Amino acid sequence: MAVDKFPVEASHIMMFARSIGDDNPIYYDADYAKKTEPGAIIAPPTFAQSSAQFDPDYFLRPKTGKPWFGSGKEPTGIKREAGGGGGGGGGGGLHAEQHFEYHRHLQPGDVLTATTKPGKTWEKESKRAGKLVFSESITEYRDQKGELVITARGVGVRTERPVDSK
Amino acid sequence: MALKASDLSVGDTYSETLVEDLKRTQIVQYAGASGDYNPLHTDEIFTTKVAGYPTVFAHGMLTMGMTGRMLTNYVGDGRLTKFGVRFTNQVWPGDTLTSTATVDEVADGVVKLSVETVNQDGTTVMSGYAEARVD
Repeated sequence: MAVDKFPVEASHIMMFARSIGDDNPIYYDADYAKKTEPGAIIAPPTFAQSSAQFDPDYFLRPKTGKPWFGSGKEPTGIKREAGGGGGGGGGGGLHAEQHFEYHRHLQPGDVLTATTKPGKTWEKESKRAGKLVFSESITEYRDQKGELVITARGVGVRTERPVDSK
Repeated sequence: MALKASDLSVGDTYSETLVEDLKRTQIVQYAGASGDYNPLHTDEIFTTKVAGYPTVFAHGMLTMGMTGRMLTNYVGDGRLTKFGVRFTNQVWPGDTLTSTATVDEVADGVVKLSVETVNQDGTTVMSGYAEARVD
């Protein structure tokens, strides 16, 4: 993932906070936020993940005129080989781990860049989903001054078959 | 309102119910806000017929986001310096999640916490750690 411009906006923070069921006014009420320790609206701790909105190539967002693997007339919009359903049915696997290090908290008005580099990969055998292939990626979020604000490390996993939930 | 180091002891816990009877609509809300439109989370037909799961399930990051709310309610706004988790079990519509932070260490103005989120059956769906600045 590479994001050239991730403008942190107040309405996006509000919508994101609503979606995680967080009604803390520091995420939407500038007057309230002024009286808090941060002194301004900030973003919730996992907000940086929504940089996906600003990644032009993000593969888990339908794009105009392009095939999409979700259902329409058919259960999927993309023809695939049989039996490849494991771990996301073409959706790029499942999320295994996520780590954030906050150098400071994001505020409306910040304009971030994000650069991602691959980390380690490893394999594991699992009873619930067969062979698991893990891959790590490290994303650095920098602000408009070029300063590192958040370091994120994600681990994705591809499973041989859908995870047995029992 | 931030935590005071002098008020904290190793083993102290703080818990919150994150969600009761998780609704598919909330998962849709999270997809829209985060930009992760993987049909596994919102498209019942794709998820059951193509991917082979019993129903749609929540983004791991929705559980992490809700758990983050428990943490910021505990440590105060703008105080988190680290937050990391492993997703260990899927979260399904209808689930009720409870999250607990446990104090592991308090030193040099920083509290280190273990974090665990469980479902209504007591199964751990996510576990990890957090660190925050304390007064």
